Amino acid sequence: MSTLAEHPEVLPEEHPVAPYIRTDRMPHIWCPTCGIGTVVKCFATALAESGLDLNKVSVVSGIGCTGRVAGYMKLDGFHTTHGRAIPFATGLKLGRPELLVTVFSGDGDLVGIGGNHFIHAARRNMDLLVILVNNFIYGMTGGQNAATTPLTAKTSTMPYGNFERAFNLPQLAASCGATYVARWTCLHIRRLTKAFGEGLKRKGFRFIEVIAPCSTLYARLNKLGSGLDLMRFYHDNAEIRHGADTREVGIAFQDRIVCGKFVDEEQPSFLEMMHEHYRKTLGSKYVPTPPEGGWLHE
Amino acid sequence: MKYWRKPLDFGDVKVPRGEVRILVERCKGCGFCVEYCPKDVLVMSEEFNKKGYHPPKVVKAGECVNCNLCEMICPDFAIFSVAVSDGDAAAAAGSSTQPAGADPGPPEQELRRA
Amino acid sequence: MKADPAGVLTGVHYLDGDFACGEGAMAAGCRFVAGYPITPSTEVVERISRRFPLMGGTFIQMEDELGSMAAVVGASWTGTKSMTVTSGPGFSLMMENIGLAAMMETPCVVVNVQRAGPSTGLPTMVGQADMMQARWGSHGDYEVIALSPQSPQEAFDLMIDAFNLAEIYRVPVLVMMDECVGHMTEKVVIPPAEEIEVVPRSLTSQPPESYLPYKVNGKPVPEFARAGDGYKFHTTGLTHDERGYPVMSKECQEKCVSRLLEKIRQNVDQIVRLEEREVDGADVVVVAYGITARVARIGVELAKRQGAKVGFIRLITVWPFPDRRIRAVAEKVKAFVVPEINYGQMVLEVERCAAKAGADAVLVPHPGGGVHDPKRICEAILGAAK
Repeated sequence: MSTLAEHPEVLPEEHPVAPYIRTDRMPHIWCPTCGIGTVVKCFATALAESGLDLNKVSVVSGIGCTGRVAGYMKLDGFHTTHGRAIPFATGLKLGRPELLVTVFSGDGDLVGIGGNHFIHAARRNMDLLVILVNNFIYGMTGGQNAATTPLTAKTSTMPYGNFERAFNLPQLAASCGATYVARWTCLHIRRLTKAFGEGLKRKGFRFIEVIAPCSTLYARLNKLGSGLDLMRFYHDNAEIRHGADTREVGIAFQDRIVCGKFVDEEQPSFLEMMHEHYRKTLGSKYVPTPPEGGWLHE
Repeated sequence: MKYWRKPLDFGDVKVPRGEVRILVERCKGCGFCVEYCPKDVLVMSEEFNKKGYHPPKVVKAGECVNCNLCEMICPDFAIFSVAVSDGDAAAAAGSSTQPAGADPGPPEQELRRA
Repeated sequence: MKADPAGVLTGVHYLDGDFACGEGAMAAGCRFVAGYPITPSTEVVERISRRFPLMGGTFIQMEDELGSMAAVVGASWTGTKSMTVTSGPGFSLMMENIGLAAMMETPCVVVNVQRAGPSTGLPTMVGQADMMQARWGSHGDYEVIALSPQSPQEAFDLMIDAFNLAEIYRVPVLVMMDECVGHMTEKVVIPPAEEIEVVPRSLTSQPPESYLPYKVNGKPVPEFARAGDGYKFHTTGLTHDERGYPVMSKECQEKCVSRLLEKIRQNVDQIVRLEEREVDGADVVVVAYGITARVARIGVELAKRQGAKVGFIRLITVWPFPDRRIRAVAEKVKAFVVPEINYGQMVLEVERCAAKAGADAVLVPHPGGGVHDPKRICEAILGAAK
């Protein structure tokens, strides 16, 4: 028999983040060398270290490869329609304000079809932690062009190379009013975990972009090797520049990737502004939705 | 580790020791852990798991310092390390550094069928 | 459970349908509304935005109808009764997330104050041409409940029914108002809170370890768990099994989808409400709903004065369609006359049910932008009686 049998039997429950993962659904569907799993691992670690009441943490995903995250995390999870994770999460948050609502979705979902919701939630400084996994492509559907695909990259709907400009996501988020904007690659496991920890503790619209390799589509269509080759690329080409001007952190094809924490400011969140304003205008007549939500019962 | 001058607290610092545990059936053979382990504890094995991937195997058990990098970077929740005391680490270093090649096992075709 | 008095504006009011609809929602216990302005429905949310901060409700004007419906579904998962309000163009935009609500079995209410379409149509003028869309608007197989008020008073009353039905069947309930009823001002009596019966969101009694979000224990619907109560459930728009996990198989599809249909289809008798007059012994029965029901009554009177034996059925519940009742009536009458402010939607349902018995279904169409001339309805009745 193979020497694999000599490995001591390791039980799934022994994995340090097993309490935060739906171990009954492992192994997950993400491809070998896909980076999404690493991002989930870092988020799970951040949750473990945060000391937060996990009963109150919800995760909302849209459609796509990253959209499957909600199905693999052991939290109240919602796998919603394409592009609508952010408004769905808004409803969750406003319906029960004590929830800590995380939106965990991909670039196609959040800033493609979901672009309108993204900018408005940022504008409102809605209390959401938005984790956007950016693999520069629409992975689940087979490798189509995304709003983040860099110029000249090949995708299945731009077979001769992309001629559309791409979003600079930190700039987009910051210009719309996000109060915490950071970008890391999934190679930066420690700093990413720390960013997640910070994001979990802050309020308002927190946006963390995570560059992740897509081996099956992006790397293959552009002959970049496997996800491991992309990780090596991140290793050699990521530049950490905290506080960089977000206008200068756009990503060109196989070019430097500026990482770091770009925006971290204290601004009143949507709920804070709402409460303060109604208190000022309605005085004692104001009855806010209680933190435990608007569920009416006997 | 080579020092140009021995640090004054050299005797007090204890290098952590760890033991790698692998959930073989979850592994998809991505190679991240092998690539980024700072102590080169792992290599890709020649064997297959049930899905046909090559999981990693430990080749330098005594070197693991429980940094958890493999655990953090694995996208498949398939590997982690646990702290071990110095005594355990020494025993581990003695016994499990035998490379898998010591007993090559059945030929590859047979493994695939199994 | 009795209604929460904070939301009940007890008294005798002079309100238009939109305002009455808003009051009905608040009386029913709705405490989350996400909306987007669209004529002729905007007044509903304007009223709610004014009253909600005084009763613990949250209103948010979202950036579009897609976001509104998504937020409504999200808020409902916190156990809060949620709704949105729109008209034709917004209704079309909301369809995908209505389907999501149906698939996830999320109770919610969507009010469509219909206007003439298609597309931008006549924004300030009445239509009833979204009736089929209410049933079939989202893709795939699913069932919804749709109600049609004919007056501001009924706009109030049916909102309470809508929320109650949504809770019982864990389904999106569509209140298909029309611009006439929405913008018509009439007396609306709002009773004291103790006299209003509301169905609260009932939660599962299972502990988290054994709870399965989509397991039915012989009941039509599974037990609900709120986000934030420690159940750590998962729900998805994908075809899912009892655990809420997506499963891509024919068997799972059959189990998952057939229950969405059966929970309504097997309870049609409890859900359907009709108003009937003089159906026994009639040669012709007029079937109408919404504002057209009020106009049709005049047409019926005119026909009766000319000797016709005319009955009248008003669809209060439009979907699920009252198949059994129409089939039974079809055995006894020559024809149905169906006036509606469209070019033929509910008449197709009547025709389908009347076909076996051989009764005719005569449409009295109206393109929209106004209501029928009762004389035209009278003519149709007299013609059908021959």
